[in-house]
Amino acid sequence: MGRFIVRRVISLIGVLIAITILVFALFQFLPHPELQLAGRFASPATLAHIRHQWGFDRPIYIRYVDTMKLIFTGKVISYDQQLNVDHELVQRLPATISLAVGAGIIWLSTGILFGLISAWRAGRWSDRALTVLSMIGVSMPVFFLGASLSYYIGDKLQFLPASDYVSIGSNPWEWLKHMIMPWFALSVLFIGVYSRVLRSTILDTINDDYVRTARAKGLSERQVMIRHVLRNSMIPIVSLFGLDFASVIGGGAILTESVFNLQGAGQFAATSVQQLDIPPVMVITIFGASAVVIIGALVDVVYAMLDPRIRL
Amino acid sequence: MTTSATGTELEAGAWTPDHAPGEELPPGIGPYRLALRRLRRNYVALAFGALFLVIVILCILAPVYSHIAHMGPNDENVDQATNAVGLPIGPTWKLSHFFLGADSVGRDVAVRLLYGGRNSLIVGALATLITIVLATVLGILAGYFRGPIDGLISRAFELIWAFPIYLLGIVLGLVLGLSGLDLGIVKIGGNSLLIPALIIGVITTPYVGKPIRGQVLGLREREFIDAARQQGLSHVQIMFSEILPNVTSTIIVFIPLVLANAILTEAGLSYLGAGVRPPNPSWGNMIGDGIHLLPAAVHTMLVPGIMLTLCVLGINVFGDGVRDALDPRAKIRIEH
Repeated sequence: MGRFIVRRVISLIGVLIAITILVFALFQFLPHPELQLAGRFASPATLAHIRHQWGFDRPIYIRYVDTMKLIFTGKVISYDQQLNVDHELVQRLPATISLAVGAGIIWLSTGILFGLISAWRAGRWSDRALTVLSMIGVSMPVFFLGASLSYYIGDKLQFLPASDYVSIGSNPWEWLKHMIMPWFALSVLFIGVYSRVLRSTILDTINDDYVRTARAKGLSERQVMIRHVLRNSMIPIVSLFGLDFASVIGGGAILTESVFNLQGAGQFAATSVQQLDIPPVMVITIFGASAVVIIGALVDVVYAMLDPRIRL
Repeated sequence: MTTSATGTELEAGAWTPDHAPGEELPPGIGPYRLALRRLRRNYVALAFGALFLVIVILCILAPVYSHIAHMGPNDENVDQATNAVGLPIGPTWKLSHFFLGADSVGRDVAVRLLYGGRNSLIVGALATLITIVLATVLGILAGYFRGPIDGLISRAFELIWAFPIYLLGIVLGLVLGLSGLDLGIVKIGGNSLLIPALIIGVITTPYVGKPIRGQVLGLREREFIDAARQQGLSHVQIMFSEILPNVTSTIIVFIPLVLANAILTEAGLSYLGAGVRPPNPSWGNMIGDGIHLLPAAVHTMLVPGIMLTLCVLGINVFGDGVRDALDPRAKIRIEH
């Protein structure tokens, strides 16, 4: 176990370094970053000054080291308003985490429930109805669903607030009201995917020998389903969930955050892209990919603890 | 052959050879023809496939409709297109005059819907082509050679996999949209539809490449590969003529999934301003424009949104039918 964890941590560090190099390299394709800083009518002298001040004239590997030093010591500032990016990102994390945790609970529990019902009633009308629902769910762009909800339920019916984020510390009730629609909008796609995946894995395992053994032992149908079938069918769901959840934490729910104006990490990246403000985009991309990789590694370790057969 | 065939017909191994060795084998039903028969009986899948086809044909005919409506996709006609309070008019349901209403700058929504659909479908199809070709080549190479080649390809997949899709998408969209792409032989401008297609194609490659690699890892240990090697076939020949036919059904199952996903991703990226560049319409940036117009003129959001949903729904349901037909026991699954 110890050796497994050590190996996993070493490969994790390797991937993290590769991520920072890739993200940094991508932005080197952008022509003339000094123009973004200086405005359109800057004189050549100003441009040269900015180039020197921001270090654009230095060799690429030195710039890489300098940039990473700035990012990881929390000193990187944005081009646009020259704000501290790490500080801005931390301020936006509560909204992103609220979205991820709430939606994660909803999509995981609902996805499992729908998948179970669908597999249990395979071929009957409740299975068909759920299949239709999940098909529509995975076919609808999340920002279209979000905007429609926000317009009809928020603006027209005035049933829930149409957009914006209220911090949980300042007003928990308002926080909840503001989060319900984003949670729902983000969950729909995942519920569709998870219930389909679970349905097919359950139908795959339901004819396995150990399930027949469990029935032969005289266990009730409910016990067979929950303790034997579901437990094994959950393996793909757990790894799906780890990755999707990490991606939302890392700012991956850009569309949901933008359409509901939650001011989370993903929306921060989106608005920075529109302003061609590179440092925040770089920081959030590195942060998002790191979140995915680190949570992925944690899931692997938990797996290895739960299932002794798995050694990656 | 016209008798109704069931899937079990061939799977029952009761057939004994009644021919002399070397004699021509009696004609049988190949797995693909069998799958086609199963698909032909799945009316729901066929209906949704037809829905998708109708949308594709309508989008191809966009210039014809543009002629009927007397408006190009980027023509603005503010005088006729705004109502008394200056808001864009809603659907008139008259084919020759703002059938589905106008948008904020007086462009015909129906005309743009068809042209936008063309762009969305072109980007989706190109992205799918890129994903499938890259994933097949890389997946087969990694699975067949293993060792350092596999290490390199799998690490690359893992690296792309680590990024949330839309985050990587907007970064690439920003970089390539501003600088264009210089591939040495060809130069792609930042406005080209190839840019979003390439971005989406590359970032979805691991999702298909990994399962193919896994399948090839299993296939390469099988006897028929040993036999091919004994006959002196080269690596390239084995990969092309022995391995590729065995992963074809996996590839076919993935095509609709990848296409649906590519169209949705294009819409999301265009909404965020990192996909198809305005004033070129696409379903994604039309929905985005509509959202910015809310709460006035809901039709500018609803029309492209519903069209996009119907199109993707058509692909998904048809794709599900194809999967059921080719792979009734659902062995092929997207590893996430």
